[in-house]
Amino acid sequence: MIQFSVNGEAVAHTGDPEEPLLWVLRDSLGLTGTKFGCGAGLCGACTVHVDGAARRACVTPVKTVEGQAVTTIEGLGAQGLHPVQQAWIAEDVAQCGYCQAGQIMAAVDLLRQVPNPSDADIERLQTNLCRCGTYTRVRKAIFRAAAAQGRTPATEGES
Amino acid sequence: MNDAAHLPRRRFLQLGAAVGGGLLLGIRLPALGEEKPAGSIGAPPEGTLAFFVRIDPDGAVTIGSPQPEMGQGVKTSLPMLIAEELDVDWARVRVAQMPMGIQRNTEGQMSWLHVGQGAGGSTSIASSWQPLREAGATARQLLTQAAANRWQVDIGSLSTEPGAVVHAGGNRRLGYGELAAEAARLPLPTAPPPLKAPGEFRIIGTPRPVVDAEDIVTGRARYGIDARLPGQVYAVIERCPWLDGRLLTVDDKAARAVPGVIDIVLIEGPAAGEPYTVLASGVAVVASSTWAAERGRRALNIRWDRGPHAKESSAGLRRRMEEALAASDGQVVLDEGDVEQAFAGASDSVEASYYVPYVAHATLEPQCCLVEVREDGATVIGPIQMPAAASRMVHQLTGLDRLSIEVQMTRLGGGFGRRLTVDYVAEATLIAQQVKRPVKLQWNRRDDLHHDFYRPGGLQQLRAALNDKGEVTAWRQRLASPSKYYRRDGVAEDGMWESELYPDDPPRRLVPHLRLEYFAMQSGMPRGSWRAPAHCANAFAVQSFIDELAHRVNADPLQFQLRLLGEPREFPYEQHGGPIFDTGRLAGVLRLAAERADWGSPMPAGSGRGIAGHFTFGGYCAYVVEVTVTDGKLRVDRVVGALDCGLAVNPNHVKAQMESGIHDGLSTALRLRITLQDGRVQQDNFDSYPLGSLADAPRVVETYLVDSGAAPSGVGEPPIPPLAPALTNAIFAATGQRIRELPLIDHIDLA
Ligand code: FES
Ligand code: FES
Repeated sequence: MIQFSVNGEAVAHTGDPEEPLLWVLRDSLGLTGTKFGCGAGLCGACTVHVDGAARRACVTPVKTVEGQAVTTIEGLGAQGLHPVQQAWIAEDVAQCGYCQAGQIMAAVDLLRQVPNPSDADIERLQTNLCRCGTYTRVRKAIFRAAAAQGRTPATEGES
Repeated sequence: MNDAAHLPRRRFLQLGAAVGGGLLLGIRLPALGEEKPAGSIGAPPEGTLAFFVRIDPDGAVTIGSPQPEMGQGVKTSLPMLIAEELDVDWARVRVAQMPMGIQRNTEGQMSWLHVGQGAGGSTSIASSWQPLREAGATARQLLTQAAANRWQVDIGSLSTEPGAVVHAGGNRRLGYGELAAEAARLPLPTAPPPLKAPGEFRIIGTPRPVVDAEDIVTGRARYGIDARLPGQVYAVIERCPWLDGRLLTVDDKAARAVPGVIDIVLIEGPAAGEPYTVLASGVAVVASSTWAAERGRRALNIRWDRGPHAKESSAGLRRRMEEALAASDGQVVLDEGDVEQAFAGASDSVEASYYVPYVAHATLEPQCCLVEVREDGATVIGPIQMPAAASRMVHQLTGLDRLSIEVQMTRLGGGFGRRLTVDYVAEATLIAQQVKRPVKLQWNRRDDLHHDFYRPGGLQQLRAALNDKGEVTAWRQRLASPSKYYRRDGVAEDGMWESELYPDDPPRRLVPHLRLEYFAMQSGMPRGSWRAPAHCANAFAVQSFIDELAHRVNADPLQFQLRLLGEPREFPYEQHGGPIFDTGRLAGVLRLAAERADWGSPMPAGSGRGIAGHFTFGGYCAYVVEVTVTDGKLRVDRVVGALDCGLAVNPNHVKAQMESGIHDGLSTALRLRITLQDGRVQQDNFDSYPLGSLADAPRVVETYLVDSGAAPSGVGEPPIPPLAPALTNAIFAATGQRIRELPLIDHIDLA
């Protein structure tokens, strides 16, 4: 049995320990916000946080998150929209929207690593693929979120 | 596409009372790809009127969005049309995705219940523009009439403000919710309601965000992959990787032993040469979870017959194209003036060939579908672009009455034309019939790249004659390609060109002597529509060639093209996107893009600007691309785009679609191709089919809209075709290197 937490709740996985975290989240836990795009760590549609760092869940065997805290897109904004989610709405990033949960989870981690990213930082770190080509707005939304996070919490909600 | 206009009004507006005393209004209009009702549309069965506009007693307004949303923004822009004329506050409108609605009349003919449903060819906005506004205006008129009755005043003394009817003289006001129940009992107006003049628009023409934005960023939005039904099982399919190959033997002992595996179902492949139902023969593994099914799949031991195309390769197809073009004349598609004579007498002539490869759709959400087949009916939930095609397919496979087949469209994780076909619905249905439980079929990325309806590649040979004034006097364009009409029902061999060449495209009527020829190539690859279908290849060839001609006569490429287009004129345009092609509007977007990009201003060494413009499905789009090539490595610095799509209903989404066309166009031009070796596709995933990433995206992307005052046309496709030629024209300007083949990665390194 593999025990870990998802969005603050304890869960136990009794099936195949090699099962990718992605399918445990989607099929067993019904958390379908995390998407499947390639199954090979190439697109980022399945990006979640494990102990606060971005991880591609399709290539993360569930046994490797034993004892760790997993956050999915459903958990990110549980206490009200995260500034990155707000920035995504303000820049109206989504087209089909399928990649966006992963983009947002990746961007949150990017801003954790580099709170004030340059264009080059974003190009290096935001590697999630978007088939619809929303990159111009992904970039803008990351800059907007960086600016919002740099402000005091009192102004954070503005968007 | 305009059949609705000829139907008696009463037949396409339906009115009913909502449960709880509100107002419901339904309308009809035809959609792409569905059976056109032959003559009459019967009244909907009693009590089955689904909502289209619903006003509840508390004033809440719900507008149904009938079309599948795959990123093109219709779930926002179509309801905006209704909301405008209904006169409601957009912030208070809730938009709901409508399921498919069909009905059968007393003569047994099927037709749409509320509105034609399905998306493709950038038609949704154009075909909805009039009828959806009329629907909104009709509802508003009924509400106003209800208020007039209540107050015993003349309807002419009343007006509306968002969400309410007001009587200026009497200083009275009633919210729509208070009037809805009465309005629903009134007879429908017999004359079309007056529509607002564009100057009165409050919603149309204003930028509005995606209606599902919050659901998307919180992971709540539902895609096909997220569909769930109680008791469902999961299925994956190991398909024959060889085109039209067959199953010889399967040993499934090990697969059945995998914990969670429930059943193995054989899927028969498509009949050779016949229209596709499914794309390949396969072995489905059904299990209690996606992962268990995938493990079972890996444990299968299968022997395939490699089928009739096991020798086909992309290199061979390319060679056959070259041979065909060299050997003889092709099928003459258009022949105007006297091309031979014109070439013989020309002071100069130029010839060049351009090549584009097969490409895949690669929707980020791989194909998937949830199907339940019961004794008395079926339920289909999935990323479905053509719901009626899905319903017909389930009917064909199960024999179930179409009225008992429920089709729910989730959001689609991308479309790009892939989901005009319903092969994945057929597969899920075949499995569900066997296992008698709801089946969720899931493709992986390899499945998706190996089994697609690929956009055909092709080789174009262009030749132009020039006179001593540097004008084009003759134009010969010969295309060798495998038509996307392959294995389509009812397309004759000599009609294959129609999917690949659009004879009314410029330079028709701009050049006195013009000939188009087509060489239909044989290939076993399944083919289909891919965003702006053949316009991508044609724009690449024609707009590159025009640039080459300009340089040949030492002219500025923009000035050369403007001179070719000449005075603004309207020409008939018989292919999709007509009936008119306006040279002035194409010149307009070229000029606007050039002006905003500061066309003609000096650039540093190693940098260059290219321009291209194209008319696609009613929309005119042009780009200026700026590149820098340093140490042989290409970087795209800036793209400036101009689009004339008539009135932009939601300018925000129009611009989003331009950005999408820019990035998709760039991604495809830089690195994408599907190749065939020994009858199988060689690309497996995003490492061998590397979609462009944010790092490829130019840092500066500017988009401008022309307000031409024309009625709106669709914007999903026009923004992609001119991108590739603008890019290669820029590379030429920067380096003198002319790249005539896509993808570029074969010819230039990327920074
Ligand atoms: S699905 Fe995990 S990276 Fe693509
Ligand atoms: S919005 Fe469609 S894949 Fe990114």
